[in-house]
Amino acid sequence: MSPISRGFHRRHEEAEPAGRVPPGQYVTHDFPVLSAGPTPHTRLTDWTFSIEGGQSPVSWTWQEFQSLPTETVTVDIHCVTRWSKLDTSWKGVSLDVLLGAVSYTAPYVLAFCDGGYTTNLPVADLLGGKAWVAYSYDGSALPAEHGGPARLLVPHLYFWKSAKWVRGLRLRDTNAPGFWEMYGYHMYGDPWKEQRYAGD
Amino acid sequence: MEGTAVRGRLTWQTATVGAVIDETSKVRTLSLDVPDWGGHQAGQHLDIALTAEDGYRAERSYSIASAPGEPVAITVERLDDGEVSPYLTQDVQIGDEIEVRGPIGGYFIWDPPVSGDGPLLLAAGGSGVVPLRAILRHRDLVGSSVPVHLLYSVRSQAEVIYRSELDHLNQEADGVNVIYTLTRQQPPGWTGYARRVDQQMMAEVAWPVASGPLAYVCGPTNFVEAVASDLVALGYPPLRVKTERFGATGTP
Repeated sequence: MSPISRGFHRRHEEAEPAGRVPPGQYVTHDFPVLSAGPTPHTRLTDWTFSIEGGQSPVSWTWQEFQSLPTETVTVDIHCVTRWSKLDTSWKGVSLDVLLGAVSYTAPYVLAFCDGGYTTNLPVADLLGGKAWVAYSYDGSALPAEHGGPARLLVPHLYFWKSAKWVRGLRLRDTNAPGFWEMYGYHMYGDPWKEQRYAGD
Repeated sequence: MEGTAVRGRLTWQTATVGAVIDETSKVRTLSLDVPDWGGHQAGQHLDIALTAEDGYRAERSYSIASAPGEPVAITVERLDDGEVSPYLTQDVQIGDEIEVRGPIGGYFIWDPPVSGDGPLLLAAGGSGVVPLRAILRHRDLVGSSVPVHLLYSVRSQAEVIYRSELDHLNQEADGVNVIYTLTRQQPPGWTGYARRVDQQMMAEVAWPVASGPLAYVCGPTNFVEAVASDLVALGYPPLRVKTERFGATGTP
């Protein structure tokens, strides 16, 4: 039984429709920035997006990536530090398109990024119109501090899974932890189940 | 990126507020008696949960302000439109019970044998000084001789958190140098920095790259972005610059 804090009460009435915000989250209108190190600035001429670990590796240059079919999506995002941001608008390439270019059987990926960040995801969570590599936010090029030139966008999981500065996916047979997962954050990270930390 | 895996389930437990120290007019340190605390490292944070009489529950993360081995303490800045921080800085009483779980986070930590013996550059923006204070206290308690520069950017002297403690450390002349930049208001006769951090300031304050420094940068996003990119421009390897940016909650 939780101790009661007398005099403590909800300050902000819920303005959002019930069922829109996962438990333990609150809505912010800012777009907070959270990263473990300096913001990398990769020149577009040096940028590639690669998928490794399939039957044969594939890689797109920035220019090739721009010619892939795009989708514009409006989604809610949920950070493990408890802010949620509703109706964010992104443009990018569906992971259905990207993984469709590879022949593979692996059930997991490790996303890798400029700056050394990694995060692990089941392939099933990247397919079926649920995930993108996004390079535009709110109608403009994605700013570097928010992950530009391109980041993963997997809005149904906590936002640390939507790796900033993503440069590719490594297909894997096992579910090895990525950067924050190694430091005790949850291997899957479903915000609706409050899977913040290992064991949640 | 180095580090040891932190595993095992984090369970909520009831802590008792043991002491309250007002650091500034808006900032308060609470020491927490947590009966089953498994220990923490300098730079980690914890989660606090408050439950209202109607059952409403709010959780927030706060940096741990105390060194490993010391009683758990958090330092909370009151955000006037906040929900949890006004309660923790104004209403909570010694002896009150609140729920905590932790410690959390394993990257923004200073652990002497693992982190090496290069000099430390600590850069704090506002209440970003909290986890860096845990690092300073830890350094003191373990008797480390690693030299430290703490650059502390704060609006005015009145808003300096841990002022007497930092002054004391600064005077000890044992390798700790605290450098303030007072960005809004300076006392008469102030000869220190009086502007937001910039590359020239970082060049003056930062250890030379050749000395193998390790940097910890904590504060609001603009501050962290400026300091971290200036350090990279000065030649600091990005993996030697650990950052913690405050989100909308005022906590990392």
